[in-house]
Amino acid sequence: MKNFEFYEPTTLAEASQLFAQEHTQLLAGGTDIVIEMKAYTESPQSVVSLQKIPGLSGITCDADNSITIGAMTNVREVELSQHIQEHHTALAEGASEIGSVQIRNLATVGGNIAHASPAADTVAGLLVADAQVQIVGSDGERSVPINELFTGPGQTVLKPGEIITQFTLPSPASGSHYIKHKIREVMDLAFIGVASSINLEDDTITDAKIGLAAVAPTPIRATEAEELLKGKSITPELIGQAGEAAAAATSPISDLRCSAEHRKEMVDVLTQRTLQYALERARS
Amino acid sequence: MAKYPVSFKVNGDEQDLLIEPRKTLLAVLRDVIGLTGTKEGCSTGDCGACTVIIDGKAVTSCMVLGVTVAGKEITTIEGLAEDGELHPVQQAFIDTGGYQCGFCTPGFIMSSKALIDENPDRTEEEFRHALGGNICRCTGYTKILEAVLNAAEEIRTNS
Repeated sequence: MKNFEFYEPTTLAEASQLFAQEHTQLLAGGTDIVIEMKAYTESPQSVVSLQKIPGLSGITCDADNSITIGAMTNVREVELSQHIQEHHTALAEGASEIGSVQIRNLATVGGNIAHASPAADTVAGLLVADAQVQIVGSDGERSVPINELFTGPGQTVLKPGEIITQFTLPSPASGSHYIKHKIREVMDLAFIGVASSINLEDDTITDAKIGLAAVAPTPIRATEAEELLKGKSITPELIGQAGEAAAAATSPISDLRCSAEHRKEMVDVLTQRTLQYALERARS
Repeated sequence: MAKYPVSFKVNGDEQDLLIEPRKTLLAVLRDVIGLTGTKEGCSTGDCGACTVIIDGKAVTSCMVLGVTVAGKEITTIEGLAEDGELHPVQQAFIDTGGYQCGFCTPGFIMSSKALIDENPDRTEEEFRHALGGNICRCTGYTKILEAVLNAAEEIRTNS
Protein backbone atom coordinates (compact mmCIF):
# COMPACT_ATOMS: atom_id res chain seq x y z
CA MET A 1 0.00 0.00 0.00
CA LYS A 2 1.29 3.48 -0.84
CA ASN A 3 1.33 5.93 2.01
CA PHE A 4 -1.16 8.77 2.30
CA GLU A 5 -2.20 11.66 4.51
CA PHE A 6 -4.82 10.56 7.03
CA TYR A 7 -7.61 12.81 8.26
CA GLU A 8 -10.17 12.13 10.97
CA PRO A 9 -12.55 15.12 10.86
CA THR A 10 -15.23 15.42 13.53
CA THR A 11 -17.76 17.38 11.44
CA LEU A 12 -19.41 16.63 8.11
CA ALA A 13 -18.55 20.11 6.81
CA GLU A 14 -14.85 19.48 7.42
CA ALA A 15 -15.06 15.97 5.93
CA SER A 16 -16.84 17.26 2.84
CA GLN A 17 -14.26 20.00 2.33
CA LEU A 18 -11.38 17.51 2.61
CA PHE A 19 -13.13 14.95 0.37
CA ALA A 20 -13.62 17.57 -2.34
CA GLN A 21 -9.85 17.66 -2.92
CA GLU A 22 -8.41 15.60 -5.77
CA HIS A 23 -6.92 12.13 -5.16
CA THR A 24 -8.87 11.74 -1.92
CA GLN A 25 -10.83 8.72 -0.74
CA LEU A 26 -13.32 8.30 2.07
CA LEU A 27 -12.86 5.62 4.71
CA ALA A 28 -16.05 4.17 6.21
CA GLY A 29 -15.58 0.52 7.26
CA GLY A 30 -12.53 0.06 5.04
CA THR A 31 -13.44 -3.39 3.72
CA ASP A 32 -13.30 -2.24 0.10
CA ILE A 33 -10.88 0.69 0.08
CA VAL A 34 -8.16 -0.89 2.26
CA ILE A 35 -8.07 -3.96 0.00
CA GLU A 36 -8.00 -1.76 -3.13
CA MET A 37 -5.13 0.30 -1.72
CA LYS A 38 -3.19 -2.91 -0.96
CA ALA A 39 -3.75 -4.05 -4.56
CA TYR A 40 -2.65 -0.59 -5.82
CA THR A 41 -5.93 -0.27 -7.76
CA GLU A 42 -6.48 2.81 -5.56
CA SER A 43 -3.58 4.94 -4.37
CA PRO A 44 -5.11 8.09 -2.91
CA GLN A 45 -2.92 10.91 -1.63
CA SER A 46 -5.35 11.49 1.23
CA VAL A 47 -7.82 9.31 3.11
CA VAL A 48 -10.62 10.95 5.09
CA SER A 49 -12.14 8.78 7.80
CA LEU A 50 -15.81 9.24 8.70
CA GLN A 51 -15.42 7.20 11.89
CA LYS A 52 -15.01 10.17 14.27
CA ILE A 53 -18.06 12.13 13.05
CA PRO A 54 -20.86 11.77 15.58
CA GLY A 55 -24.42 10.91 14.55
CA LEU A 56 -23.67 8.92 11.41
CA SER A 57 -24.53 5.48 12.72
CA GLY A 58 -27.58 3.84 14.21
CA ILE A 59 -31.07 2.73 13.26
CA THR A 60 -34.19 4.62 14.36
CA CYS A 61 -37.81 3.59 13.85
CA ASP A 62 -40.65 6.14 13.90
CA ALA A 63 -44.26 5.61 14.99
CA ASP A 64 -45.37 4.98 11.39
CA ASN A 65 -42.59 2.38 11.07
CA SER A 66 -40.52 4.57 8.75
CA ILE A 67 -36.89 3.82 9.45
CA THR A 68 -33.68 5.84 9.31
CA ILE A 69 -30.34 4.08 8.92
CA GLY A 70 -27.17 6.11 9.43
CA ALA A 71 -24.65 5.62 6.63
CA MET A 72 -21.94 4.48 9.07
CA THR A 73 -24.18 1.80 10.61
CA ASN A 74 -22.35 -1.46 10.16
CA VAL A 75 -24.04 -4.14 8.12
CA ARG A 76 -24.02 -6.63 10.99
CA GLU A 77 -26.17 -4.17 12.95
CA VAL A 78 -28.54 -3.89 9.97
CA GLU A 79 -28.64 -7.70 9.70
CA LEU A 80 -29.48 -8.14 13.40
CA SER A 81 -31.82 -5.14 13.83
CA GLN A 82 -35.30 -6.29 14.83
CA HIS A 83 -36.85 -3.27 13.08
CA ILE A 84 -35.14 -4.13 9.81
CA GLN A 85 -35.78 -7.87 10.12
CA GLU A 86 -39.47 -7.22 10.74
CA HIS A 87 -40.21 -4.36 8.33
CA HIS A 88 -37.53 -4.67 5.64
CA THR A 89 -36.74 -8.36 5.67
CA ALA A 90 -35.10 -8.24 2.24
CA LEU A 91 -32.60 -5.65 3.49
CA ALA A 92 -31.75 -7.66 6.64
CA GLU A 93 -31.31 -10.75 4.47
CA GLY A 94 -29.09 -8.82 2.03
CA ALA A 95 -26.94 -7.47 4.88
CA SER A 96 -26.53 -11.01 6.26
CA GLU A 97 -25.13 -12.13 2.88
CA ILE A 98 -22.11 -9.80 2.89
CA GLY A 99 -18.69 -11.43 3.40
CA SER A 100 -18.24 -12.99 6.83
CA VAL A 101 -19.15 -12.02 10.40
CA GLN A 102 -15.74 -10.33 10.71
CA ILE A 103 -16.32 -8.28 7.55
CA ARG A 104 -19.90 -7.40 8.49
CA ASN A 105 -18.58 -6.12 11.84
CA LEU A 106 -16.49 -3.60 9.86
CA ALA A 107 -18.42 -2.85 6.65
CA THR A 108 -21.00 -0.07 6.65
CA VAL A 109 -24.23 0.19 4.70
CA GLY A 110 -23.17 3.63 3.40
CA GLY A 111 -19.91 2.17 2.14
CA ASN A 112 -21.67 -0.77 0.50
CA ILE A 113 -23.86 1.69 -1.43
CA ALA A 114 -21.31 4.44 -2.14
CA HIS A 115 -18.89 1.87 -3.58
CA ALA A 116 -21.62 1.39 -6.20
CA SER A 117 -20.90 -2.22 -7.06
CA PRO A 118 -23.80 -3.49 -9.21
CA ALA A 119 -23.62 -6.65 -7.05
CA ALA A 120 -23.83 -4.97 -3.60
CA ASP A 121 -25.90 -7.13 -1.25
CA THR A 122 -27.75 -4.31 0.52
CA VAL A 123 -28.81 -2.55 -2.66
CA ALA A 124 -31.72 -4.73 -3.80
CA GLY A 125 -33.32 -4.52 -0.34
CA LEU A 126 -32.90 -0.72 -0.29
CA LEU A 127 -34.38 -0.51 -3.81
CA VAL A 128 -37.57 -2.37 -2.82
CA ALA A 129 -37.74 -0.32 0.40
CA ASP A 130 -37.80 2.80 -1.83
CA ALA A 131 -34.98 4.29 0.26
CA GLN A 132 -34.09 7.96 0.00
CA VAL A 133 -30.36 8.64 0.17
CA GLN A 134 -29.49 11.71 2.24
CA ILE A 135 -26.38 13.47 1.00
CA VAL A 136 -24.30 16.32 2.42
CA GLY A 137 -21.87 18.39 0.36
CA SER A 138 -20.42 21.88 0.19
CA ASP A 139 -23.69 23.13 -1.38
CA GLY A 140 -25.72 21.79 1.52
CA GLU A 141 -27.97 18.78 1.82
CA ARG A 142 -29.96 16.93 -0.79
CA SER A 143 -31.88 13.72 -1.08
CA VAL A 144 -31.81 11.24 -3.99
CA PRO A 145 -34.05 8.19 -4.44
CA ILE A 146 -31.80 5.12 -4.39
CA ASN A 147 -32.88 4.07 -7.89
CA GLU A 148 -31.47 7.37 -9.21
CA LEU A 149 -28.17 7.18 -7.30
CA PHE A 150 -26.17 4.91 -9.62
CA THR A 151 -24.88 5.87 -13.05
CA GLY A 152 -22.59 2.91 -13.86
CA PRO A 153 -20.33 0.30 -12.25
CA GLY A 154 -18.65 2.14 -9.36
CA GLN A 155 -20.29 5.40 -10.48
CA THR A 156 -22.92 7.52 -8.72
CA VAL A 157 -24.48 10.98 -9.00
CA LEU A 158 -22.38 12.04 -5.98
CA LYS A 159 -20.37 15.17 -6.75
CA PRO A 160 -16.85 15.84 -5.41
CA GLY A 161 -17.08 16.31 -1.66
CA GLU A 162 -20.56 14.84 -1.34
CA ILE A 163 -21.03 12.25 1.41
CA ILE A 164 -23.95 9.88 2.03
CA THR A 165 -25.17 10.49 5.59
CA GLN A 166 -28.25 8.31 5.94
CA PHE A 167 -30.96 6.26 4.30
CA THR A 168 -34.62 6.94 5.03
CA LEU A 169 -37.05 4.13 4.42
CA PRO A 170 -40.75 5.09 4.19
CA SER A 171 -43.51 2.95 5.72
CA PRO A 172 -42.68 -0.65 4.92
CA ALA A 173 -44.37 -3.12 2.57
CA SER A 174 -46.19 -6.03 4.15
CA GLY A 175 -43.64 -8.60 3.00
CA SER A 176 -40.25 -8.74 1.29
CA HIS A 177 -37.53 -11.24 0.50
CA TYR A 178 -33.98 -11.29 -0.93
CA ILE A 179 -32.19 -14.13 -2.67
CA LYS A 180 -28.49 -14.04 -3.51
CA HIS A 181 -27.52 -16.44 -6.28
CA LYS A 182 -24.05 -17.67 -5.34
CA ILE A 183 -21.84 -20.74 -4.96
CA ARG A 184 -20.46 -20.46 -1.42
CA GLU A 185 -22.69 -19.98 1.62
CA VAL A 186 -20.49 -17.08 2.77
CA MET A 187 -17.63 -14.96 1.38
CA ASP A 188 -18.99 -14.92 -2.15
CA LEU A 189 -20.07 -12.26 -4.62
CA ALA A 190 -23.61 -12.42 -5.96
CA PHE A 191 -24.02 -13.87 -9.46
CA ILE A 192 -27.27 -12.02 -9.16
CA GLY A 193 -29.27 -10.55 -6.30
CA VAL A 194 -33.05 -10.30 -6.38
CA ALA A 195 -35.37 -8.63 -3.86
CA SER A 196 -39.14 -8.36 -4.02
CA SER A 197 -41.61 -6.55 -1.78
CA ILE A 198 -45.38 -6.86 -1.80
CA ASN A 199 -48.29 -4.96 -0.30
CA LEU A 200 -51.50 -6.96 -0.05
CA GLU A 201 -55.08 -6.00 0.63
CA ASP A 202 -57.28 -9.07 0.90
CA ASP A 203 -55.61 -11.05 -1.85
CA THR A 204 -55.02 -8.16 -4.22
CA ILE A 205 -51.53 -6.78 -4.75
CA THR A 206 -51.73 -3.04 -4.07
CA ASP A 207 -48.02 -2.46 -4.58
CA ALA A 208 -45.02 -4.50 -5.70
CA LYS A 209 -41.35 -3.66 -6.04
CA ILE A 210 -38.58 -5.74 -7.58
CA GLY A 211 -34.91 -4.81 -7.15
CA LEU A 212 -32.19 -6.53 -9.18
CA ALA A 213 -28.43 -6.55 -8.57
CA ALA A 214 -25.52 -7.71 -10.76
CA VAL A 215 -27.62 -7.98 -13.93
CA ALA A 216 -27.04 -4.52 -15.43
CA PRO A 217 -24.36 -1.79 -15.23
CA THR A 218 -26.24 -0.48 -12.19
CA PRO A 219 -28.69 -2.03 -9.73
CA ILE A 220 -32.18 -1.63 -11.22
CA ARG A 221 -35.87 -1.80 -10.45
CA ALA A 222 -37.93 -4.06 -12.74
CA THR A 223 -40.71 -1.52 -13.15
CA GLU A 224 -42.60 -3.28 -15.97
CA ALA A 225 -42.82 -6.43 -13.91
CA GLU A 226 -43.99 -4.36 -10.94
CA GLU A 227 -46.76 -2.73 -13.04
CA LEU A 228 -47.95 -6.16 -14.21
CA LEU A 229 -48.57 -7.16 -10.59
CA LYS A 230 -50.32 -4.05 -9.28
CA GLY A 231 -54.07 -4.31 -8.72
CA LYS A 232 -54.17 -8.01 -9.58
CA SER A 233 -55.04 -11.10 -7.65
CA ILE A 234 -52.22 -13.59 -7.36
CA THR A 235 -52.09 -16.51 -9.74
CA PRO A 236 -49.16 -18.72 -10.71
CA GLU A 237 -49.47 -17.33 -14.28
CA LEU A 238 -49.16 -13.74 -13.01
CA ILE A 239 -46.04 -14.57 -10.98
CA GLY A 240 -44.58 -16.28 -14.07
CA GLN A 241 -45.27 -13.22 -16.22
CA ALA A 242 -43.61 -10.98 -13.64
CA GLY A 243 -40.52 -13.23 -13.68
CA GLU A 244 -40.29 -13.00 -17.46
CA ALA A 245 -40.76 -9.22 -17.41
CA ALA A 246 -38.04 -8.86 -14.76
CA ALA A 247 -35.63 -10.93 -16.88
CA ALA A 248 -36.47 -8.77 -19.91
CA ALA A 249 -35.46 -5.64 -17.93
CA THR A 250 -31.89 -6.88 -17.43
CA SER A 251 -28.75 -6.43 -19.53
CA PRO A 252 -26.28 -8.78 -17.83
CA ILE A 253 -22.68 -9.50 -18.79
CA SER A 254 -20.89 -12.82 -19.07
CA ASP A 255 -17.89 -13.03 -16.78
CA LEU A 256 -15.70 -15.54 -14.94
CA ARG A 257 -18.50 -16.37 -12.56
CA CYS A 258 -21.36 -17.07 -14.96
CA SER A 259 -22.82 -16.33 -18.38
CA ALA A 260 -25.25 -13.57 -19.32
CA GLU A 261 -27.77 -16.19 -20.45
CA HIS A 262 -27.65 -17.94 -17.08
CA ARG A 263 -28.08 -14.63 -15.27
CA LYS A 264 -31.13 -13.70 -17.35
CA GLU A 265 -32.71 -17.12 -16.85
CA MET A 266 -32.10 -17.01 -13.10
CA VAL A 267 -33.60 -13.52 -12.76
CA ASP A 268 -36.86 -15.03 -14.04
CA VAL A 269 -36.64 -17.96 -11.60
CA LEU A 270 -35.54 -15.96 -8.55
CA THR A 271 -37.98 -13.10 -9.14
CA GLN A 272 -40.80 -15.66 -8.99
CA ARG A 273 -39.27 -17.25 -5.91
CA THR A 274 -38.77 -13.96 -4.04
CA LEU A 275 -42.32 -12.91 -4.91
CA GLN A 276 -43.65 -16.18 -3.45
CA TYR A 277 -41.69 -15.67 -0.21
CA ALA A 278 -42.73 -11.99 -0.02
CA LEU A 279 -46.37 -13.03 -0.51
CA GLU A 280 -46.14 -15.63 2.24
CA ARG A 281 -44.69 -12.98 4.56
CA ALA A 282 -47.34 -10.44 3.51
CA ARG A 283 -50.09 -12.94 4.33
CA SER A 284 -48.73 -13.95 7.72
CA MET B 1 5.10 10.68 5.06
CA ALA B 2 4.05 11.57 8.58
CA LYS B 3 3.37 9.07 11.32
CA TYR B 4 0.37 9.60 13.53
CA PRO B 5 0.20 9.17 17.32
CA VAL B 6 -2.32 6.48 18.26
CA SER B 7 -3.16 5.19 21.76
CA PHE B 8 -5.11 2.00 22.32
CA LYS B 9 -5.13 -1.13 24.44
CA VAL B 10 -3.92 -4.55 23.38
CA ASN B 11 -4.73 -7.39 25.77
CA GLY B 12 -5.12 -4.82 28.54
CA ASP B 13 -1.77 -3.11 27.94
CA GLU B 14 -1.76 0.56 26.95
CA GLN B 15 0.03 1.17 23.65
CA ASP B 16 1.17 4.66 22.62
CA LEU B 17 2.57 4.35 19.12
CA LEU B 18 3.49 6.40 16.09
CA ILE B 19 1.89 4.68 13.11
CA GLU B 20 2.21 5.15 9.36
CA PRO B 21 -1.29 5.46 7.85
CA ARG B 22 -0.67 2.60 5.44
CA LYS B 23 0.04 0.07 8.20
CA THR B 24 -2.84 -2.28 8.90
CA LEU B 25 -3.70 -3.24 12.45
CA LEU B 26 -2.35 -6.69 11.57
CA ALA B 27 1.04 -5.20 10.65
CA VAL B 28 1.06 -3.05 13.78
CA LEU B 29 0.31 -6.04 16.02
CA ARG B 30 2.91 -8.28 14.41
CA ASP B 31 5.72 -5.95 13.32
CA VAL B 32 5.51 -3.06 15.78
CA ILE B 33 4.20 -4.64 18.99
CA GLY B 34 5.70 -8.07 18.26
CA LEU B 35 2.56 -10.12 18.85
CA THR B 36 2.95 -12.70 16.10
CA GLY B 37 0.14 -15.00 17.25
CA THR B 38 -2.22 -13.22 14.85
CA LYS B 39 -1.47 -14.62 11.39
CA GLU B 40 -1.40 -13.06 7.94
CA GLY B 41 -3.00 -15.41 5.43
CA CYS B 42 -4.63 -13.95 2.34
CA SER B 43 -4.47 -10.30 3.46
CA THR B 44 -7.72 -9.62 1.59
CA GLY B 45 -10.22 -10.52 4.30
CA ASP B 46 -11.09 -13.91 2.83
CA CYS B 47 -9.36 -16.40 5.14
CA GLY B 48 -9.89 -15.09 8.69
CA ALA B 49 -6.38 -16.02 9.92
CA CYS B 50 -5.88 -12.42 11.11
CA THR B 51 -9.08 -12.27 13.19
CA VAL B 52 -8.80 -10.24 16.40
CA ILE B 53 -11.46 -8.84 18.71
CA ILE B 54 -11.99 -5.07 18.80
CA ASP B 55 -14.36 -3.82 21.51
CA GLY B 56 -16.02 -7.24 21.67
CA LYS B 57 -16.40 -7.77 17.92
CA ALA B 58 -14.38 -10.16 15.77
CA VAL B 59 -12.84 -8.40 12.77
CA THR B 60 -10.26 -9.21 10.13
CA SER B 61 -7.29 -7.08 11.25
CA CYS B 62 -5.84 -7.01 7.71
CA MET B 63 -8.72 -4.69 6.70
CA VAL B 64 -8.31 -2.24 9.59
CA LEU B 65 -5.90 0.69 9.35
CA GLY B 66 -3.79 0.97 12.49
CA VAL B 67 -4.42 4.71 12.68
CA THR B 68 -8.16 4.08 13.18
CA VAL B 69 -8.00 2.10 16.44
CA ALA B 70 -7.37 5.00 18.83
CA GLY B 71 -9.19 4.45 22.13
CA LYS B 72 -10.17 0.88 21.29
CA GLU B 73 -9.57 -2.32 23.21
CA ILE B 74 -8.06 -5.08 21.15
CA THR B 75 -7.79 -8.71 22.18
CA THR B 76 -5.47 -11.08 20.34
CA ILE B 77 -4.83 -14.79 20.84
CA GLU B 78 -2.05 -13.85 23.30
CA GLY B 79 -4.60 -12.15 25.55
CA LEU B 80 -7.00 -15.05 26.11
CA ALA B 81 -5.22 -17.07 28.79
CA GLU B 82 -5.65 -15.81 32.36
CA ASP B 83 -3.26 -16.54 35.23
CA GLY B 84 -1.51 -19.21 33.21
CA GLU B 85 -4.77 -20.97 32.41
CA LEU B 86 -5.95 -21.32 28.84
CA HIS B 87 -9.31 -19.93 27.78
CA PRO B 88 -11.98 -22.67 27.46
CA VAL B 89 -11.99 -22.24 23.66
CA GLN B 90 -8.21 -22.72 23.51
CA GLN B 91 -8.41 -25.79 25.77
CA ALA B 92 -11.25 -27.25 23.67
CA PHE B 93 -9.17 -26.96 20.48
CA ILE B 94 -6.37 -28.91 22.21
CA ASP B 95 -8.69 -31.51 23.72
CA THR B 96 -10.47 -32.31 20.45
CA GLY B 97 -7.44 -31.87 18.18
CA GLY B 98 -9.12 -29.01 16.34
CA TYR B 99 -5.93 -28.09 14.49
CA GLN B 100 -3.21 -29.61 12.37
CA CYS B 101 -0.63 -27.14 11.04
CA GLY B 102 -2.08 -24.53 13.40
CA PHE B 103 -1.85 -21.49 11.12
CA CYS B 104 -5.59 -20.82 11.04
CA THR B 105 -6.07 -21.69 14.73
CA PRO B 106 -5.63 -18.23 16.31
CA GLY B 107 -8.18 -16.79 13.87
CA PHE B 108 -10.63 -19.63 14.49
CA ILE B 109 -10.26 -19.28 18.26
CA MET B 110 -10.81 -15.50 18.19
CA SER B 111 -13.88 -15.84 15.94
CA SER B 112 -15.26 -18.64 18.10
CA LYS B 113 -14.68 -16.73 21.34
CA ALA B 114 -16.52 -13.65 20.03
CA LEU B 115 -19.41 -15.79 18.75
CA ILE B 116 -19.72 -17.67 22.06
CA ASP B 117 -19.55 -14.41 24.05
CA GLU B 118 -22.33 -13.04 21.85
CA ASN B 119 -24.54 -16.13 22.07
CA PRO B 120 -23.35 -19.53 23.33
CA ASP B 121 -26.71 -21.09 22.44
CA ARG B 122 -26.12 -21.23 18.70
CA THR B 123 -26.91 -24.51 16.98
CA GLU B 124 -24.18 -26.47 15.20
CA GLU B 125 -25.52 -25.17 11.89
CA GLU B 126 -25.44 -21.56 13.14
CA PHE B 127 -21.86 -21.90 14.40
CA ARG B 128 -20.85 -23.51 11.10
CA HIS B 129 -22.36 -20.63 9.15
CA ALA B 130 -20.99 -17.90 11.44
CA LEU B 131 -17.47 -19.39 11.16
CA GLY B 132 -17.62 -19.25 7.35
CA GLY B 133 -15.11 -16.39 7.31
CA ASN B 134 -12.36 -18.65 8.65
CA ILE B 135 -10.66 -21.13 6.36
CA CYS B 136 -8.71 -24.23 7.38
CA ARG B 137 -6.86 -26.23 4.73
CA CYS B 138 -5.93 -29.20 6.97
CA THR B 139 -8.61 -30.43 9.30
CA GLY B 140 -11.75 -30.73 7.23
CA TYR B 141 -13.43 -28.64 9.96
CA THR B 142 -15.04 -31.53 11.86
CA LYS B 143 -12.74 -31.32 14.87
CA ILE B 144 -12.82 -27.51 14.83
CA LEU B 145 -16.60 -27.50 15.02
CA GLU B 146 -16.50 -30.11 17.77
CA ALA B 147 -14.08 -27.91 19.74
CA VAL B 148 -16.30 -24.85 19.35
CA LEU B 149 -19.44 -26.72 20.39
CA ASN B 150 -17.66 -28.24 23.41
CA ALA B 151 -16.33 -24.82 24.45
CA ALA B 152 -19.78 -23.24 24.05
CA GLU B 153 -21.26 -26.02 26.16
CA GLU B 154 -18.65 -25.52 28.88
CA ILE B 155 -19.07 -21.75 28.92
CA ARG B 156 -22.87 -22.16 29.05
CA THR B 157 -22.68 -24.53 32.00
CA ASN B 158 -20.21 -22.38 33.94
CA SER B 159 -22.00 -19.07 33.46
